[in-house]
Formats: sequence, structure tokens, C-alpha cells
Amino acid sequence: MALTQDAVLAGLKEIVEEVAGIPAASIEMGKNFTTDLDVDSLSMVEVVVAAEERFGVKIPDDKVTELATVGDAVNFIVSASA
Amino acid sequence: MKSLEGSNSRIVSVGAYRPARAVPNSEIIDRIESTDEWIRQRTGIESRNFARPDESVIDMALAAAKIAVERSKLSIEQIDTVIVATITYPFQTPSAATALVAALGNPQAAAFDISAACAGFCYGVGMAHDFIKSGTSQNVLVIGVEKLSDFTNPDDRATSFIFADGAGAVVISASKEVGISPTVWGSDAQSRDAIVMEPSWIELRGEIDGDKWPDIKQQGQTVFRWASFAMSKAAKRILEKAGVSASELAAFIPHQANIRIIETMAKEIELPDSVIIADDIRTSGNTSAASIPLAMDALLTKHPEAGGGLALLIGYGAGLVYAGQVVQLPPAWNS
Repeated sequence: MALTQDAVLAGLKEIVEEVAGIPAASIEMGKNFTTDLDVDSLSMVEVVVAAEERFGVKIPDDKVTELATVGDAVNFIVSASA
Repeated sequence: MKSLEGSNSRIVSVGAYRPARAVPNSEIIDRIESTDEWIRQRTGIESRNFARPDESVIDMALAAAKIAVERSKLSIEQIDTVIVATITYPFQTPSAATALVAALGNPQAAAFDISAACAGFCYGVGMAHDFIKSGTSQNVLVIGVEKLSDFTNPDDRATSFIFADGAGAVVISASKEVGISPTVWGSDAQSRDAIVMEPSWIELRGEIDGDKWPDIKQQGQTVFRWASFAMSKAAKRILEKAGVSASELAAFIPHQANIRIIETMAKEIELPDSVIIADDIRTSGNTSAASIPLAMDALLTKHPEAGGGLALLIGYGAGLVYAGQVVQLPPAWNS
């Protein structure tokens, strides 16, 4: 069953807070991982691996660079879970 | 046909050679428009050592090997096998190992090189153990040595601050006790492109210039993911195969590729705080095959009390390939 956008966003907020130490409250759909949240390329890999485990989806390496915003990641995970 | 009776083995000594010239991040950053802080944050590296232009792979290997042999209390004639792990010896043949045994004054020893990049040292340790176990060898010298400054593009923003030079060596001898666990090894050759040194020598025929020189290139995110997560699983398999729990370890000495990979692995393996984690990457950079013996030497220098304790070793790199084992550390020479 496909995950809802709200459920994925909530889970992703927890992951980003845990991996990169960014308060969940400041993580929104429109925020850019690099320029707004200061998540560097290696932390992004940790976020992706944690998200794969949590949501049971595969996020290939070549997709990771395309996930610029929190919304990009949420939408990718939602469609990958469908 | 006869079969020989082999025995267990252990690392009896370690030796290291670091080139004299320390190169801080400040010397690297201008060509790649980076900062000291950026490099430290991504890799943990503060400084690394580069060999002199006239200082060769063999010079560095010889220096480390002499220290290891001296600390082993063996004579050079008693070393019957020499394995050199390197990807930067600039001759196809004869091998670096034969140059080394000639320079050591023992030109009769079995000698060969292995190409397993940053996993090379652990491949060598595994082979040394198996040679002794099968009765083929008695005393094996395993050396990891690299002069990566010859094969790194100083303008490459993905690699120029990572790689460095140095040599580390161990002597592995027959022993009554189990001092080296069975090796866990393998590859993920579908990711051969993740770390490469190219172009090939054939492509260079007749047209060597700066742009064509083979240098090392790396896909950082792909390698980070594989190293941090797949290698943590491999590390757990090593412990399981050795029958050793994480709490029994005195030290964790992984390939020194990046402090963040090391920290992620330590977390994934759930190492208790009592385990000393090698962090030679901070001042030595990534010296590929040389990094584990260099880190072992640094760790025993700083923590002589870890001598004789158990250490988890794991090497991983271009191929992608990996190997690792639990070893009993040699006694510290300074305790």
C-alpha cells in the first residue's frame, strides 16, 4: 500500500533530525537539503539509507542527486512505495 | 604426495614509514577552491604526508619493512615470503616485492605483489595466515605501500585532499595460539566504476601529456554508502566467523578512508566505548593499502596497553573489494 505524504514527511523529519541534528520543526516540504538545511552530500547518503530501511523502498545512487528538496524526497518515496 | 602440517599464525610485529613532508589542508585548498573546514568536516583529514619526488614506493616499503623485521627479532633470512599490496608501483614487472627482497638482502624469499587497492593489506594478511596454516610458509612479511601523490590530480575536487603516501608492514609467523581469524572477503564488482585509475597504459602509447596521466577518480556518495553500510555488515560477519564479540575487542582498525565512514561503521557494528578506534586518517590521509598497518602502528604508539589485545581489521576499496579479520595485536615495542 502506498504511503501517505504526511506519514513520509513525519518520518523523514525524524531521520534528518537524527542524522544531521536539524530540528524537525524547521524541516518543510519546500526546504532545500543543501542550501536551506545544510545537509552535506555524505549526510544525505545516511538520510537515504535510513529512509530506505524505514519506508521499505530503494533509492538508487543516481536518484540521490536529484532529490534537492525535502518535497522531492517525500514524493519519490511515496511513489516508490506505490 | 605429501601434505605439510601447518600451524596457526599471529602478527608478531608492525613497522611504519611516513614521509617527512606533512601537507596541511592549507596547501591543497587553493587549487580546488575549498576550505580547511570543509575538508575536515567531510573527511576528518587535517594533514597528510607526501613523499619526495625522488622517494619511491620501494624506499618507503623498505623503511617500514626494516622496522617490522627488527621488532620481530627475526633475521631477514628467516623471512620466507614477502607480499606487497600496492596500486602505485609504477612498473608492470618485475614486482615491487622482488625489488624489496633484493633491497632487504634476502633475494631468495618468495615475493609477489597483490592488487586489491585499499583492501590489499587485509588480503595479504589473509593469504599470509593461509600460507602458514597450510605449511607453505613460516614467516611472512606483508607490506602495504602507496605513493598516491603520483596518481592524484591536484585539481580534482573529489579526490585531491583525500589521498596520500606512506608504508606499513607486519611480520606474521607460525604460532601455537590462534592469532588471526579466518578472513571474510569478497567483491561488489558491479561497482567497478566507483573508484578507478584511468586511462589505461595502452591508451597512453605515444601520447603522454598531463591530461592523459592515469589518476584516481572516485564517486564519493556511492563509495560512502557501500563503505559505511555494506562494510559494517561485512565487519559483523568477520566477528561472527572469528567467534569474537565486539566487547572482546581492544581496537577497531578499519581502512582509513574517511572519519565519517569510520564513525558510521563503529555505530553500525555497535562497538562499546571500551574499543579504541583508529583515527590515523586525521593526520595521514587515505594511504590505501598502507593505511591499516600505519594506523596499527600509530594506535600502538599511543595506546601500548592495547598490545596483545584483539583488533578488528577491515580493508575495502576499488573493485569494489573487501577483506578483513580479527587479529591479536603484536606487543607494543614501547610498553
